[in-house]
Amino acid sequence: MAAHDGDVLGTLLMRESLDHCVKCTICETFCPVSNVTPLFPGPKYVGPQAERFRVGDEPSADASLDYCSGCGICTQVCPQGVHIAEINTQARAHLKATNGVPLRDRILARPTLAGRLGTPVAPVANWTLRNRALRRLAEQTIGIHHRAPMPRFAGRTFQRWARRHTALASERRVAFFHGCGTNYYEPRLGEMTVALLEHSGIGVDVPKQDCCGLPLQSNGLFDDARAYVHRLAERLAPHARAGVDIVGTSTSCTLMLKREALEILELGDDPALRAVSERVFDICEYLLALHERGELNTDFQPLAETVTYHAPCQQQGHGIGKPAMELMALIPELEVIESDATCCGVAGTYGLKREKYDIAMDVGAGLFRQVADNGSDRAVCDSETCRWQIEHATGVKTVHPVEMLHRASGLA
Amino acid sequence: MSHHDVVVVGTGLAGLAAAVRLAEAGARVLVLAKGIGATHLSGGTVDVLGYAPERVERPADALGAFLAARPGHPYNHVGGDGIRTALAWLEDRVANGSLAPYAYLGSLDENLLLPTAIGVPRPSAFVPATMAGGDLRRGGAGGDVVVVGFRALKDFHPALMADALGRSGIGVSARSVELDLVPEGRADVNALGFARAFDVPAFRGQVVAQVAARGLGAEDRVAFPAVLGIADPHGAWTGLEHGLGRRVFEVPTLPPSVPGMRLFAILREALRRAGGTVLLNNVVVGAEREGPRVSALRVRVGLREERRGADWVVLATGGFASGGLELDSRWAARETALGLPVTGVPAAGDERFRSGYFDDHPIARAGVAVDRELRPLDSAGDPVLENVLVAGATLAGAEPWKEKSGDGLSLSTGHRAAELVLAASTTAADPHAAAARI
Repeated sequence: MAAHDGDVLGTLLMRESLDHCVKCTICETFCPVSNVTPLFPGPKYVGPQAERFRVGDEPSADASLDYCSGCGICTQVCPQGVHIAEINTQARAHLKATNGVPLRDRILARPTLAGRLGTPVAPVANWTLRNRALRRLAEQTIGIHHRAPMPRFAGRTFQRWARRHTALASERRVAFFHGCGTNYYEPRLGEMTVALLEHSGIGVDVPKQDCCGLPLQSNGLFDDARAYVHRLAERLAPHARAGVDIVGTSTSCTLMLKREALEILELGDDPALRAVSERVFDICEYLLALHERGELNTDFQPLAETVTYHAPCQQQGHGIGKPAMELMALIPELEVIESDATCCGVAGTYGLKREKYDIAMDVGAGLFRQVADNGSDRAVCDSETCRWQIEHATGVKTVHPVEMLHRASGLA
Repeated sequence: MSHHDVVVVGTGLAGLAAAVRLAEAGARVLVLAKGIGATHLSGGTVDVLGYAPERVERPADALGAFLAARPGHPYNHVGGDGIRTALAWLEDRVANGSLAPYAYLGSLDENLLLPTAIGVPRPSAFVPATMAGGDLRRGGAGGDVVVVGFRALKDFHPALMADALGRSGIGVSARSVELDLVPEGRADVNALGFARAFDVPAFRGQVVAQVAARGLGAEDRVAFPAVLGIADPHGAWTGLEHGLGRRVFEVPTLPPSVPGMRLFAILREALRRAGGTVLLNNVVVGAEREGPRVSALRVRVGLREERRGADWVVLATGGFASGGLELDSRWAARETALGLPVTGVPAAGDERFRSGYFDDHPIARAGVAVDRELRPLDSAGDPVLENVLVAGATLAGAEPWKEKSGDGLSLSTGHRAAELVLAASTTAADPHAAAARI
């Protein structure tokens, strides 16, 4: 593993890549949003085409850009290497800087703030989030859809657990970037990750950390996003510089550190972020690499059950395929049905918004149908917001692949 | 570093054909690609040999003289039998594929003569059954060709096609019908938007009613843009034939090509079922070598460079249009993935292009030259790498747009590359390759 030659951030600069667009329209055939709503005319139209008309400080002519969910599939399928999704994210930030960012988006973009406020009063906060009258009120006042899948506060944080946990003494170490989702909503996932890594003889350090800034970036608040990701990179960089790999259970947030903040926020000059970027891995990517080196404890017990696996689009943005499928294939008797749907629709905070909730549910309809038709009592997905969306839409319990490996390792 | 029996580079027709054939034979296959390949841009037909340079009626008969006059043509490495085998293989993959009973028909024995969207007869050997009804070889066969289009579909103009067909001198009379139907909930409708609408019986019912209302002769056949369904194309096509009581056929449109997407979907799903993996945004930028063999590929993924080990590499990255080959402003050519030698580029001062669009341009046959085992050759004609095979539009020696041979070359050389790997693996003692035995 090495960083590609130093010129990558130069020659493949986001906006310049649009000159490679040959108008083949392949991105439009894969776009999950424009396939279900006429409100979004498609990635080629608002991306490489409209970008040519966005000049300097002139107002952006196309508000339809705000209906891009940022799933990134257009960039993945482009045969010419155009960074369509990244161009659109930058243009959306410009649009919002011109038109103003709603209070709703400012709230949704700060999961740490919500986590800090909600955790100590979790019972009240969870009741509030599930109270229909209050949710209707929230929809009318700030525009968060009353049915949008909001997570439950765990009432405790993973950081607190980690401080009390005695880390395994081992030469082989990783640093764990757990993200906000694990810290405030799914601390059990963090505990399972630590146990699973220790099961293979790897000691886990849990640096003090905060949000990576991805929700701020998605909602067009680039200055705040830069501050957050820089602060996080400063905290993780000492590990990276010491030659320690950084693993994360939140696949969109590891992608933020690996690539998106450098590209979309144009932070290529941030030495801490560059150091972190070269060392950060999605947890399943890391576990599979361990396995390829013969270092993963694969003494798995049989799990005689059937699950549906959905690879989230932002996990696909890593360009690593579906390592969770290969890992789960190591578990005896576990039958994994791979979903061929591209997107669950929620795309982070997109599907929570009043005007986008129905679009997100339509985008995910194919996936929800597959999960329901498979009749399995569990679905598996690498991304937290996608898990919440799938559970919301299907009622099927949806877990991170780590949970399957943790159970098969006899650690549950 | 991962290790696979075979890494296929490229996910167009050549790469997918090689990958599916290998994976179904039991090999561990990884496909690396920058993005989606050219299937989405092709008409979905497999043209084997349309012009040599006169129009070819029977490719099997024309192939011998055609190749004898062109010793550097890649079909020489496949031969008529190899092309037949590849066509039969694809016919079977489609017939047993995820969109069955959607099927292909045709053979090397004769070219069908299908109308293009601008009403020009085009020779093609192997085509979706949904297009075969457009065969113009027997002229109008009694009735008119009624070309149906949609005002909202900007990429297909029925009056243009009907007018040109009528003037083409092959004894076909044609007329056009343009409908104002717009699929519900669509802003800017392209071919795929219509294809999704045609998957829905209610939309087809509206089409049938409006076309029938314009009046059809008993012997007429009805041409549609190739948008008749994407999830259930057989159902859409037969539904229209039944509803109209006439032969219905599809005519390929501008990209995005729905028949091309169907072919991609069938092969992609066949690969998934056979356990093959596809990684997009994985750009091969070089290789690590052990003597005359590639041991691993260097792959740019995002901002990183990864290594992917392989016993065999099938290179199917396309030609100049797809970025498999590059030509800079000083006329230096390179093969972009492995830096293989490129032959056929005119030297400085030599003629590069001629004035007519369809002239014999000296640059046109540039590409990677290979031996009979599809191994890349240097300028002296010696193989440069033992375990790399090249397939598809990267190959030197063909002029696919003039010969109407592009998809035939991609399919047959991709399939041939897989056969060569399998044949070599059955005789090798290599433990990794052992898995690739049939």
